Amino acid sequence: MSFIQTLISGEQKLFKSDSLTQMQKITLRFVVMGLVYYGFVVIEGMIMRIYQVQVIAAIGADQYFAILTAHPLVGIFGSTYLIVFGAFLFLVPFLMKKPIWSIKLANWTFLLIAIGTFTFWAAGFISHYAPLYTLYWPLPADFTQFSAIGGAVFITGIALVMVGAVFFVINIFKTIMYTPEGWDKQPAGKLLKSALGIDGFTNMFAKKEKKHLVSLPVAAIARGTVDVALNAAIILFTGVLILVYMVAEIFGHSLEKTAVDALLYKNWFWWGLDLIADGLVLVFVAGTWYLLATLITGKKLFMQNIARAALLVELIVSWTVWSHHLLADQSQPVFLKIVSGELVTAFELITQGLAFFIVLVTLWSARPLKMTPPLKFLLGGLLGFALAVPAGIMQADMGLNRVLHNTQWIIGPHVHVAILIGLTMTLYSAIYFLFPILTNGAKLYSNKLTNFHFWTHLIGGIGMGAFMGMAGLKGMLRRTIYFDGEYSLYMILAAICGALLLIAFLAFFYNIVMSVGLKGVLGIFTGAKVKNKDLVPAAVTE
Amino acid sequence: MVDSTVVLAGQTLAYTFYTSVIMLLMLWFGIKVTSKGKSTKVKPSVFYAFVIFLTVLGVSLHIVTLNTIPWTKLDVNMKNIVPDRTFEITVENHEFKLPSKTLRMEVGEIVMFSVESKDLTYGFGLFRKDNTMVMQMQVVPGHRNDIIWRFEKPGVYTIRSTEYSGPKGINMIVKDAVEVVEKI
Repeated sequence: MSFIQTLISGEQKLFKSDSLTQMQKITLRFVVMGLVYYGFVVIEGMIMRIYQVQVIAAIGADQYFAILTAHPLVGIFGSTYLIVFGAFLFLVPFLMKKPIWSIKLANWTFLLIAIGTFTFWAAGFISHYAPLYTLYWPLPADFTQFSAIGGAVFITGIALVMVGAVFFVINIFKTIMYTPEGWDKQPAGKLLKSALGIDGFTNMFAKKEKKHLVSLPVAAIARGTVDVALNAAIILFTGVLILVYMVAEIFGHSLEKTAVDALLYKNWFWWGLDLIADGLVLVFVAGTWYLLATLITGKKLFMQNIARAALLVELIVSWTVWSHHLLADQSQPVFLKIVSGELVTAFELITQGLAFFIVLVTLWSARPLKMTPPLKFLLGGLLGFALAVPAGIMQADMGLNRVLHNTQWIIGPHVHVAILIGLTMTLYSAIYFLFPILTNGAKLYSNKLTNFHFWTHLIGGIGMGAFMGMAGLKGMLRRTIYFDGEYSLYMILAAICGALLLIAFLAFFYNIVMSVGLKGVLGIFTGAKVKNKDLVPAAVTE
Repeated sequence: MVDSTVVLAGQTLAYTFYTSVIMLLMLWFGIKVTSKGKSTKVKPSVFYAFVIFLTVLGVSLHIVTLNTIPWTKLDVNMKNIVPDRTFEITVENHEFKLPSKTLRMEVGEIVMFSVESKDLTYGFGLFRKDNTMVMQMQVVPGHRNDIIWRFEKPGVYTIRSTEYSGPKGINMIVKDAVEVVEKI
């Protein structure tokens, strides 16, 4: 096939969008849109990397901070939420061998998150609304620096994303619990207990062990989804509070900002925000590792009962660690700093460490394995968390935090390595694994490009995190601009690594487009011919 | 004398060593898991030993830092410590208002920086001439933001806000605002 033919129709014309079920199309829409937003994030990240090397005259400080505000939010909500939610809306029914509860609700989740993300991104881009994702009170309502109208649109966009997240939560739990038409009555309560880990907990004290009704990956998805729900509630509540101030301002009434206690606000907001970083991300990632390890090896998970219990511990830990973000707040009670900020946070080293160990032993049990793209990226994902979690444990120490808080150390070796290497490479592993299932057997255009994608992403991500970390250890702050080239050397090296990440993404995107063809990409967004709830075409499952 | 330079040098060494080991381990694992050979069974006892190791590691980090980083104990016991000198600082409209142009103190004195914000959340950090950080804290409006510190050597330090407070906050720098002199 010629280049043009492949570009239009995909590798060997194997991908036929007409053959896709409704669920396959919805899942692929989630993934494609998530990848498009990932592209936004990488480009924005690259602009900021260049800005840290040399201030770009055409971009003012207000525009720079608007980018800095949108960047993590688009990354988490527009990219990660879309890819993860899409994959889980497919996987929960797939693993439970029953149809999804509501295709319509899944579509609404997609639309709300996609539109909501664009709304807050555009509001930030146009109005330069830039309180950063931390929204420290009363900055989001500081109308001497930000437009109330721009802010109101921005917060509305975030609220749309959260409503989409709530729909996802409902769909996941209803799918686990409901009885499909024509089926025998399903034990909804028992299924919920199994998914949440309550029966696993009671098993520890029972003479006769009860059988788990849902598989381990479904349990992981359910437990991470609890944090999605709690997080959505906190962010929605905070969003409404901020909106009240904005609407009042728009109508000419300035509300008293001291009515909200800044420290209390910081506590509840970090409690909710941390349900993402130290909650659902870790639980979802561990669950995805377990699923991938068993699928890649065809073996049972090593120590699977412990793994199941650890996911519950991880969930509970995620509700009690927020104070590590307030170790530099002198008015925060010392008791909370030590117990929540240091000691409970250290549990994450244990829960992530044992997940790491369990996955490696499971893979080891199936030696020799073939180094496929899913295995390669899974190992990358494991390495990412093995690097980033200890970095986080170090900064969650009262002594070290005094000289690390808000430096590039936090955002480099911890946040970016966790997200870009740990989380994103795990997601890439899942995408490479699910690709033939979701496309009814389409073939990847180039294995060389997949290898190139792996190495450039791995080196770029670790390198960028490392150079940011080195600058952080030399005192470079994370949320400011340096005009005199104080950290030029580190920032140039970080920018080169950032460029590798951009090149890696372009190689991946090109590989995927060439695999399914432009016609195929467009076909994903048209209506499915078969209007049923099948996950994959009946012909494939037979 | 342990200051932030020493602490961060120790951290750099420890983390660099760890990252080198873990990357080599993953490389080795990637090669071995795809090479010909029979897999050896891993006993659950190895797993439990690993969990105990992680637990000890997680807790011991804090015990070690509490006993080796000098400012940690000052922080934890702040309520029971009477400072030799206190500097009251106000922050408003993205500007630090200091009690005097230069804040002077002697080596070995316990000093308190008490910073009050009249509007937004800011940061308060001290930096050396080479931009490395001595220490920092958050400055939350409506609350006391006190930090006590003992400088172990003379020097001149710059105050800089370490928290984002909107685009106007990038210029919140007071050069050479703190001077620590030898004990007279």
